[in-house]
Amino acid sequence: MIVRILGEGQLSVDDAAAAGLNELDAKLSDAIDRGDEAEFRRALKALAAGVRAAGTPVPPDSLQPSELILPYEDADLAEVRKMMTDEGLIPG
Amino acid sequence: MSVMKRVTLIFRSKANKALDRMEDPRETLDYSYQRQLEMLQKVRRGVADVATSRKRVELQMNQIQQQSNKLEKQARNALGAGREDLAREALTRRSSAQSQLSDLQAQYASLQAEEEKLTVASQRLQSKVDAFRTRKETIKATYTAAEAQTRINEAFSGISEEMGDVGMAIQRAEDKTAQMQARAGAIDELLASGALEDVSGTPRDDIQAELDRMGAGSDVELELQKLRGELSSGSTPELEAGTGGNAATGNAPPRPAARPAPASDGVQSATEPTIPASDVGESAIPSADPPRTGDGT
Repeated sequence: MIVRILGEGQLSVDDAAAAGLNELDAKLSDAIDRGDEAEFRRALKALAAGVRAAGTPVPPDSLQPSELILPYEDADLAEVRKMMTDEGLIPG
Repeated sequence: MSVMKRVTLIFRSKANKALDRMEDPRETLDYSYQRQLEMLQKVRRGVADVATSRKRVELQMNQIQQQSNKLEKQARNALGAGREDLAREALTRRSSAQSQLSDLQAQYASLQAEEEKLTVASQRLQSKVDAFRTRKETIKATYTAAEAQTRINEAFSGISEEMGDVGMAIQRAEDKTAQMQARAGAIDELLASGALEDVSGTPRDDIQAELDRMGAGSDVELELQKLRGELSSGSTPELEAGTGGNAATGNAPPRPAARPAPASDGVQSATEPTIPASDVGESAIPSADPPRTGDGT
């Protein structure tokens, strides 16, 4: 599957690596729920690093959309919260 | 993958909303291509703006470094002439200059990183826009309006995601440069106020210096002792850098890699964008903008 790290580009990630990334994502989600900025930063960095380690860059001329999008690695908690809920536009 | 999934959904819905559909889907291709070219111009302007800010910071670093060197020399001379009060004043001002300098170094590094990011983003978008143009021509030549829709959707989803990403990157860079410019303005004022200026013969009534002294007192004592030691032993080695660690770098703008570690963390977090992410999100995918005339093709 293709994962985009905002501000960085798209990576093609092996499905086998998804479980490990799920775990990191859960930690990130937990940190956001608790409003723990320090833990949030650690988890976001770890998730981005995990995606990078498991993925290979998608060629720049590819027009494939991403299955998953990861916030900027240096985004702060408030910024990511906004990105998750902005205007309640979640379809379906 | 809850966080990534939610961010993806929001991002995608914004990107889809940004897409204005024409009656003939093939026209939508041309319209979207126009918008892509506009975005490319915008990101290139963004790179230029960040570079301008970076150069301004570089200029200020040079000015402050010169001032700092001069103050150090004056302190040495003053102490040699038995004017400890004047030497103290000079070192106080030098300490203030050094702290400004380390702040500027952090800003410089941050702007440089931003510039690099935007440059890469611009290249990435360029590749995708080129790919889109090829795809667009193929679709127009091969498919009827009715058939074209699926193919068009495929091409759009990839490019609109990239546009959204680049749009947000530009917005973030703009926020960052705006903050830096405000700070750069403050430093210009500081330089103009004379707070870091020549102290020989000036009366000690400068409020800024008084304030600096309160914060920098202990540093000044240490430096005074060091100078005393040097003078009494008869040698005159270079005064070691205070907070900034730049006495040896002369007038050359210090590279970010050589940035002293202690100052970086605090300054870094202080320079992060504080503009609400909703603004970023809103402007990330410029949907309602009418296409500019005379642009692109």
